[in-house]
Amino acid sequence: METAVQMEEEHNLEDESRQFLTFTLAEEEYGVDILRVQEVKGWAPVTKIPRSPDYVQGVLNLRGTIVPVVDLRMRFHLDRIDYTRRTVIVVINIEIDAGRRVIGVVADGVSDVINVPVENVKDAPDFGTKVHTDFISGLATIDENMVMLLDIDKLLTAAEIKGLDSLA
Amino acid sequence: MTIDLSQFHQTFFEESAEGLDEMESGLLALEIGADNNETINTIFRGAHSIKGGAGTFGFDAIAGFTHVMETLMDEIRGGNKELTKEIVEAFLQSVDCLRDMMMVEQHHEEHDMDRVNAMQVELESLLHEGKTEEEIAAIDEEITEDEFEALLDQLHGDSGAPTVETPAGSGEFPSESEYQEILDQLPGGDDRGCNIRFKPHPDLMANGNDPLHILRELEGMGDLTVHADLSGLVSFDQIDPADMGIAWDMKLITDASEEVVKEAFAWVEGACDLEIKPFGNITEPADPAEKENTMEAKAVTQTVPSGEAVVESKPAVQQKPAPEKPVSEKKPAASQAPVAAANRPKAGSGGDHAEVTSIRVGIDKIDALINMVGELVITQSMLSQLGSRFEMNDLPNLVDGLVDLERNSRDLQEAVMRVRMVPISFAFARFPRLVRDLGNKMGKQFELVMLGETTELDKTVMEKIGDPLVHLVRNSLDHGIETPDVRKAAGKPETGTLTLSAYHQGGNIVIEIKDDGAGLNKEKILAKARERGLVDDDEVLSDDKVYELVMQAGFSTADTVSDVSGRGVGMDVVQRNISGLGGSIEISSEQGKCTTVTIRLPLTLAIVDGQIVRVGDQIYIVPLISIVETIQINDEQINAVAGKAEVLRLRESYIQIIRMYDVFSLESKVTKLSEGLLVVVEGDGQKAGLFVDELLGQQQVVIKSLESNYERVDGVSGATILGDGTVALIADVSGIIKLAHELGLTDRMGLVQDGKDTAAASA
Repeated sequence: METAVQMEEEHNLEDESRQFLTFTLAEEEYGVDILRVQEVKGWAPVTKIPRSPDYVQGVLNLRGTIVPVVDLRMRFHLDRIDYTRRTVIVVINIEIDAGRRVIGVVADGVSDVINVPVENVKDAPDFGTKVHTDFISGLATIDENMVMLLDIDKLLTAAEIKGLDSLA
Repeated sequence: MTIDLSQFHQTFFEESAEGLDEMESGLLALEIGADNNETINTIFRGAHSIKGGAGTFGFDAIAGFTHVMETLMDEIRGGNKELTKEIVEAFLQSVDCLRDMMMVEQHHEEHDMDRVNAMQVELESLLHEGKTEEEIAAIDEEITEDEFEALLDQLHGDSGAPTVETPAGSGEFPSESEYQEILDQLPGGDDRGCNIRFKPHPDLMANGNDPLHILRELEGMGDLTVHADLSGLVSFDQIDPADMGIAWDMKLITDASEEVVKEAFAWVEGACDLEIKPFGNITEPADPAEKENTMEAKAVTQTVPSGEAVVESKPAVQQKPAPEKPVSEKKPAASQAPVAAANRPKAGSGGDHAEVTSIRVGIDKIDALINMVGELVITQSMLSQLGSRFEMNDLPNLVDGLVDLERNSRDLQEAVMRVRMVPISFAFARFPRLVRDLGNKMGKQFELVMLGETTELDKTVMEKIGDPLVHLVRNSLDHGIETPDVRKAAGKPETGTLTLSAYHQGGNIVIEIKDDGAGLNKEKILAKARERGLVDDDEVLSDDKVYELVMQAGFSTADTVSDVSGRGVGMDVVQRNISGLGGSIEISSEQGKCTTVTIRLPLTLAIVDGQIVRVGDQIYIVPLISIVETIQINDEQINAVAGKAEVLRLRESYIQIIRMYDVFSLESKVTKLSEGLLVVVEGDGQKAGLFVDELLGQQQVVIKSLESNYERVDGVSGATILGDGTVALIADVSGIIKLAHELGLTDRMGLVQDGKDTAAASA
């Protein structure tokens, strides 16, 4: 538990740091804005959607709502692995042109919630057209580990859903 | 403490809309049948309620307008006036006008005062027709005490800057005859007035002035005797109706000053020869107050502020529209009405506003719901009790409990769905009026028969079915039913009959639109289709397929395009709307005799009866409404067309085979046709066979949207959650057929050949 003093310090820093939920994927750490995370679910079987991009695994029933599940490995063009009992789905709220959506993101496992002061965030280097990194809002260094901060609104833009097939 | 009344506005609008509908049906009934006092009372009450409500909420324009309607209706129901066709027509138009005014108020827009004024003056002229001064005065007696006092005060008050305050928000305003009463009571002398010789120049009317209006105005000032001098008229065959050839000699007994009398001619000063010779003692200009009032009496709305001085007292707003619209002529008003009707947003269809709509539910349905929820709660507590201390020998009780639970849930589900159901009479309600108006417009005679009006369907479905129905009815009336002479020549009764019927069948509602008109001309349709390349020259189509061609976009065999229909922009939209509701549409016809359009719709949008099928390791739901039959086939029965597409001969026609695993890009171990099943479905008028691995039971499923969090997927109309919590996709049959075609899995869409073996037969 934080002391009152510590909490106050954090409030003072509020403008300058944000909180992220980190999760691992293919041994790399990624972070998503904690305010956008709705819940973390254990893995459950999904229903495939015909003719959807390969990174859209399918849809899931989340207490009555149909939620699409995205496998970031495929989104990042990594190899697919089998899902284990530790595989989780991070349910996040995203905002796209068409409005608010709820989507699920597959992760190997979740880690901590971290505070990242704004000055610790660096821009991701531009790798050229081969690697699209607009969904990475920045790179942060936490305890000497690099955490890739994701701009989740860009993870699943409609235009890309159609266009990505041709790239892959 | 003021109460904020705006929260009640919505209720007022809804109730007024209902009241207007009742008035309209009453009026239509009156037109046909004998004088029915009860109907007249209903109409009167409708107008009265709206007037009262409008007054309370400060909708002065509506209140004022409705007042005139109410007055006229009162006269009729009191037996002082006879109900004529003219009056009914005027009332019907007034109802239209009121509907628009309600819409305007709801959206905080501006009233089309020209129209309102014109309508009101027409009603007033009908009201005052053939009556003497006294009778008119007797009618309009609704001035209140306060108003009377206020007027008297003003009259006895100073001149200078007389202002007339029309009583705000009271919904009533004094008419000209009330002012007449006041005038009569004022200290008067001997007869005094003016002799007026008024000779308009020929082009007076061309400038938009109407001498009759001026005469009326003078009439309002006192006792008017008019002698028309026809000496200026040319012979009949040379007459130009726009030209003014009549002059008038008039004697006006009035207290008004010469100034004021002259004012009546202000608009036509340059366009006439005018001589005013006063006689007797003319009163002071101090009285212009009441003359102003007299002229104000023509005011059709209290919302227009009265002017200050006499000169300004002719508010351009009021007087100007009047001369420009010759009110004695019915024609302009009538021609306004159809335009207004055309521009009128579709009433009764609920509009497309993103407002919260409401629904009226009978108390009995609510009571049933409450009962069922009660039973559900009982079952639930019984089950939790069992669950808290469960032992194996409680098992039979548990099973019973679960059976009860299932029954309760099912009953509750049905009851809740019933709440959303409304009788289709709401959708049918607009047709009597539409048929009548179109009959008049087209010069044809129609009889409308409506059956099964109490058949219920989902409210949303009903709102969306309104426009397609209107379109189909218009088609029947315009293209289907012939003119009386053509019908007579064909040995049919001169009056064409249009039958609208609705009934339940299976889990659907069926709506039929049948006319005994000319039927569809197969040859003409085929020829047109060939002309447009939709059909090959040597192709032979079954009758059904020919009729279906009519629903293609842009298809029309109409020789002439009327503004009612004929442009070919309707039927495909109708079909799309109906498909969108999960329904189907069929046309059948007998040339020269009749045409029937049959629409099938699911009873509700949220739930679908589905057949669960398995393809590979995925489960899909195929809506039962699309399934024709399920059969088992083997490879020998299949022919391949152009080497690729597969067709199956099924009785008289060939249907294309769609392998679900191909369309949905799945892996399936079952690829031999004999090992799976073929579900024959129909979508958008086409038949196809969906090849699946196996059938797994039928179930009613709740449709969940895929689009809310993902996006629209071709071939899938939604998703549902199965009993084990997994998601199953609901197949969209027309979408799948389209998909299959796009993927090149099947040959040309739709039109398959009858009775001819295809060239590339075989394995």
